[in-house]
Amino acid sequence: MATILEESGFSPDRKLKIVGTNPIKHDGPDKVVGRAKFGADLILPGMLFGKILRSPHPHAVLKSIDISKAEALPGVKSVVTREDFPELPRGTQWGNLSRNIMAREKVFYEGHAVAAVAATSESIAKKALKLIDIEYEVLPHVIDPIEAMKPDAPILHDDLRTKGVEGAEDKPTNVVERLDLAMGDVEKGFAEADVVIEREFDSQPMHQGYIEPQGCVASYGEDGGIEVWCCNQGTHAYRDQIAAILETDSSKIRVSQSEMGGGFGGKVGFYIEPVAIVLSRMARRPVKVVLTRNEVFRSTGPVAATRSRIKMGATKDGRIVAAEAELVFQTGAFTGSMFFNGPMAMFTRYALENIKTVSYEVVSNRPKVAAFRAPCVPQIVFGVEGIVSELADKLGMDPIDFRLKNAAEEGYTTLYGVTFGRIGFVETLEAAKKCDHYTSPVPEGHGRGVAAGFWFNRGGDTTGSLTITPDGSVTILLGTSDVAGSRVSICMMAAEELGVPLDKVRAVLGDSSALGNNRVTAGSRTTFSSGMVIIDSARQAIAELVKRAAEIWDVPEEGVVFGDGYCRPSSSNVGEFEPLSIAEIAAKTSVSHGAISGHSEMNVTGEGPGFGLHIVDVEVDKETGRVDIKRYTVVEDAGKAIHPQQVEGQYQGGAVQGVGWALNEAYVYGEDGRLQNSSFLDYRMPVASDVPMIDTVIVEVPNPKHPYGLRGVGEVPVVPTLGAIGNAIGNAIGVRPQSLPMSPPRLLELIDKVDNNGGNGS
Amino acid sequence: MAKKVHVTTTVNGDEHEFLCETSQTLVDVLRGELELTGTKEGCSTGDCGACSVIFDGNLVCSCLVLAIEADGKSIETIEGMADGKELHPLQQKFLELNGLQCGICTPGILIAAKALLQRNPDPTETEIRFWLAGNLCRCTGYDKIIRSVLAAAAEMREG
Repeated sequence: MATILEESGFSPDRKLKIVGTNPIKHDGPDKVVGRAKFGADLILPGMLFGKILRSPHPHAVLKSIDISKAEALPGVKSVVTREDFPELPRGTQWGNLSRNIMAREKVFYEGHAVAAVAATSESIAKKALKLIDIEYEVLPHVIDPIEAMKPDAPILHDDLRTKGVEGAEDKPTNVVERLDLAMGDVEKGFAEADVVIEREFDSQPMHQGYIEPQGCVASYGEDGGIEVWCCNQGTHAYRDQIAAILETDSSKIRVSQSEMGGGFGGKVGFYIEPVAIVLSRMARRPVKVVLTRNEVFRSTGPVAATRSRIKMGATKDGRIVAAEAELVFQTGAFTGSMFFNGPMAMFTRYALENIKTVSYEVVSNRPKVAAFRAPCVPQIVFGVEGIVSELADKLGMDPIDFRLKNAAEEGYTTLYGVTFGRIGFVETLEAAKKCDHYTSPVPEGHGRGVAAGFWFNRGGDTTGSLTITPDGSVTILLGTSDVAGSRVSICMMAAEELGVPLDKVRAVLGDSSALGNNRVTAGSRTTFSSGMVIIDSARQAIAELVKRAAEIWDVPEEGVVFGDGYCRPSSSNVGEFEPLSIAEIAAKTSVSHGAISGHSEMNVTGEGPGFGLHIVDVEVDKETGRVDIKRYTVVEDAGKAIHPQQVEGQYQGGAVQGVGWALNEAYVYGEDGRLQNSSFLDYRMPVASDVPMIDTVIVEVPNPKHPYGLRGVGEVPVVPTLGAIGNAIGNAIGVRPQSLPMSPPRLLELIDKVDNNGGNGS
Repeated sequence: MAKKVHVTTTVNGDEHEFLCETSQTLVDVLRGELELTGTKEGCSTGDCGACSVIFDGNLVCSCLVLAIEADGKSIETIEGMADGKELHPLQQKFLELNGLQCGICTPGILIAAKALLQRNPDPTETEIRFWLAGNLCRCTGYDKIIRSVLAAAAEMREG
């Protein structure tokens, strides 16, 4: 029998009743009345409160830690330091992870955890932190990635040697890796070009900015079993990584999912859970740890700062013939930025033949970078899309027409070796050209910009189960965390398969022991991949329903067909039988034959790449440099919008995150290497009055490898934002900014430059 | 250690008594002592609005109010917004129009929006945007939040 991966059963003519509608999501009502439980909301009997002590220095040797006074404070039940964690080899994946959550030999950034306390109240825990004596030997630090690459830069890890450089000197460096990705012949390509543009760009880290700080409750049982309740983007990843760094078995750890108050990549990895577990192990009581916002900024992952030099050439007739880039990604104190996404995705959407990229990942004295929607891509695409629009301007072409002329289509083989199947970039560009925003004239005094973006979308290791209860209603067990409504979308697909009303289908999020492995919710994979295993499970259940109906009627299985929630005889030759509903079959056979269920686990493939185009109108106040977003439209191919409102929500939310990154958000460090803006007052994310309504156009070019055609919509909406806003500002003031954020002081500088020199230029 | 202070207060119409340290904030006591965890804490500095409650008729960030200040006062939290099983029109519209994604900012935004509609039953989009500028949402881009408030206001005006 063909598996669901080989034969998705996608049919453009299929009549859909539930997929494509906008039902209220099942987790919604508890969220609007305040009953939904998030990471910090669990209260257990006997629970202690944990607090973490953090380094005030960006780089120092941790010479000694004296916890005796803290331990002696009444109400303190446990104090932990590096001594209480297994010492794992430096420079390895687990050694790095362990050292990031609790410093060992050195502290690598201001805010690095050095000790933790569990006490009967939060105020006692805070007092105890002040009683811990730490002797530091302060070392020179380096914040800027370019400075960190210099030969005389302070070295973070003396055992680090650059990967990917043959014959590299055997001496310490801050460059983790050099990655060369190339195809074709760029020299030949540039020789054909009539116009060549080369520019340098830089970006600053922004924080994922989830409103829910990390929060968890850990309980270490007397038999060594560990229970962890936390907000996370993947219980299995948390379980396995905690097991690795605490040197215990994965099977002894049960990670449960709270509701997730935003993650955007920032809760793919953990910071506090192992600390809470060790505090609990030593105190023999459950321990809650909740970060403050200040700690979230100082110790959890922002995105990578970047520097880039990008060069592209095009012929007079509008064909891009070569593209070249040199990219630097700052990963914070430890490797793990996923910088390779940058070069892989930066030009992908244009059918280029000649590409050359060189990328470096660099450590410096900042918190370790974490994933954020399309990790390491938007800040590089900012530059690429700036140059693409500039090329269009130079060639006198409409910027969307220029992109259309170069758009990748089915059959194009990418820089990373994948040949595209059916993709919808052309359709996305055509929809953008036709939309109301683009066909409306640019209002006097505004600047309009467009930019395109791409993301791979992901599949991967996924498990789920579906059971038909004896009354015919349906339960679903999912192992992927729900960051913004995947549960209801997956229920909708199951209801569609089974032909039952949506209110008969409920999904719960299983803990890490309830189901087999599930890769983290990331990369726009969950509705696609968990949807795939649940559709597969539903189809298994349908096969069983058919079998049981055949038995009830005493006819061969081939004589029974299933549709719209009923088993029917396939023809009158089979016999005259009243259709049997799912509920009737379940009621008749659940006891005699066991539950009707389906279970599926697979490494899901067949993800369909996603493409988007954003259109932005801005007004720039030339006196103050302030940018006002006047109009914004997101056009994107969803493949198929299972729940269109939620897809729009992804588009709108991604766009506004990009507005923040484009205009305001950045980590600001002082000379002392300390973060100066670790609060929402000083780190300014967009508020409701900063943005207009965000218009959306959902393009649907179905992914033929998914039964309903969906692609994934979580990442693409952020990718074009920075470029589109940059291009709009460029058109408003006469010069395209090349540094992020495009904040008022920087824009004033550019405006002055234009006033003095005129024209574009760098 | 200094002795805790005894406080008597009314939350969602019910009288509560609790003991608190003088340094404890209202959000801390609401969530910890009273186990009303619907009110969220996102920043502890009054910048995100997740802990919004109505305090003697005024919209406040409960992270900026000391718990002892609640003595003799009347507090309304998200848990008191629905009338029994009947959702408030704002809650209903947020569900229908998908005015929430992850839901962590939702209680604060609903409380703030309710305070707005009590003061101004017919706000413009701009008025809603400025009123809610103290409530951060990172998921939605605000579009569907604003539409939900506009729709709820329209429904409430019709009665």
